[in-house]
Amino acid sequence: MPWFLGLSVLLMVGGLYGGLVLAPADYQQGDAFRIIYVHVPAAYLSLLAYMVMAIASVIGLIWRMKLAHAVAASAAPIGASFTFLALATGSLWGKPMWGTWWQWADPRMLTELILLFLYFGFMTLRSNISERSRADRAGAVLAIVGVVNVVLVHYSVEWWASLHQGQTIANSDATMPASMLTPLLTMILAFSLFFGAVMLQRLRGEVLLREAGARWVRRLADGQVAERGKLT
Amino acid sequence: MMEWLAMGGYGFYVWASFALTFAVLALNLVLARARHQRIMNSLKASHADESAERPGGFREVTS
Amino acid sequence: MKGSPRLLEQAAAPILRPVDTFRTVLGRELTLAYRRPADLLNPLFFFVVVTSLFPVAVSPLPETLTLIGPGVLWIAVLLSALLPLSNHYGQDFDDGTLEQYLLSGQSLVAICVAKTVALWLVAGLPLVLASVVVASSYGLGTNVFGVLSITLAAGSYAICALGAVAAALTVGMQRASALIALLVLPLMVPILIFGTRAVSLEATNMVAKGPIYLVLAVAVLTALLCPLATAAALRISME
Repeated sequence: MPWFLGLSVLLMVGGLYGGLVLAPADYQQGDAFRIIYVHVPAAYLSLLAYMVMAIASVIGLIWRMKLAHAVAASAAPIGASFTFLALATGSLWGKPMWGTWWQWADPRMLTELILLFLYFGFMTLRSNISERSRADRAGAVLAIVGVVNVVLVHYSVEWWASLHQGQTIANSDATMPASMLTPLLTMILAFSLFFGAVMLQRLRGEVLLREAGARWVRRLADGQVAERGKLT
Repeated sequence: MMEWLAMGGYGFYVWASFALTFAVLALNLVLARARHQRIMNSLKASHADESAERPGGFREVTS
Repeated sequence: MKGSPRLLEQAAAPILRPVDTFRTVLGRELTLAYRRPADLLNPLFFFVVVTSLFPVAVSPLPETLTLIGPGVLWIAVLLSALLPLSNHYGQDFDDGTLEQYLLSGQSLVAICVAKTVALWLVAGLPLVLASVVVASSYGLGTNVFGVLSITLAAGSYAICALGAVAAALTVGMQRASALIALLVLPLMVPILIFGTRAVSLEATNMVAKGPIYLVLAVAVLTALLCPLATAAALRISME
């Protein structure tokens, strides 16, 4: 875990330097385009975290694997925070580009917003069930229903936005020069590693909760500083 | 340097985005650590209870 | 010793074919609804009140009403259909019927489908009929009624099917109704988009075939997959 975090921070510093200093300003959007270096990784991770959650839920339901449910439970709050970031930085990007903080006609913003609601639903449902194994499996059913829906939401919102033909942020991925693209990919990788690091941290707690009765957990809880130090 | 900070007039939006992002990332890390600590503490407490003759007394941590 | 196997035989009811289970449960649900007409009237009354508030709050001008009409009708149907959901499995949970269903060994999916169909007949279908009446008061022409009722019929069934999943997940909980709304509403976005679009297109005399098919497709998909999730959710909740 410290390796994940360390590598992630290293990549982030590199990506930031590349994105904020080395990359030239966009010929259309000027320096505002640099928000892409946090916006796109956050949006990417918000979807990835949901996928992780849904796949872990499927595994947890089919093979009754506690570890998988612990993964789903750990991924949700991190995914929600990335979704929030994608929305907030999108809004900060939208203000200078569209002249408004929020553009209803932008399909990606709307998809992210609904994704945030789905995360909230998942976490609220879980926190309303006190019995852990029921919370795990009820959450898993919801995550699976939700993942089918995310696909539908994505396409329906896209279809809907095409009718309202609002201005969307120009999509210049295809023509992006390497000096702009490399920092972006670096940042995406760094965010993914960061997600992995935070996720492992949360996962450890979740596993401890689920194995509260096991002998190794008791020994751990006995309070040997040395042993705890090794794990942290 | 000042020119770089101004970001061609978009300074506020660019820096606000980056500041917010890294604040949320840091918060993620802090919250995850805090939760882990809380779980460890409650496990320890319940274990201490058990040693003091309270069978199966693991208490749930909230949030 | 000799008596015990016979006792078991007597105790265990025969396993019915899923179709028969469906018919039995549907009959039971409809009888119950008939005896408790409030279940039918509450959503309907709510729907009429909500839709009559919009002209007051937004604007009574005919051109505004025809513009917002499709969206208002859809959202009002959506919200009204949420009302009976907390009772959908809650009632059966409280009186122990749900436990009997699970122990009976009958097809749980068939039971779930039957309950969803009953819910739709009791709460969904009246809303569709009422929406036609309200649509005319919003100045939407008679040409819209066909599309409006077809899409709303399919859409309200999807709401019932999705709502059943949420109801099954939250069965026995204190604040079930608020949680159900939070879980169901985001999931309804695709149907809402296609449904309102179909009605708006028809209202402005344009071809609405595309969105109608999309509503039907999403509704069929929802109707087919949701009972499986509902049955799984019930098993989890009752364990």
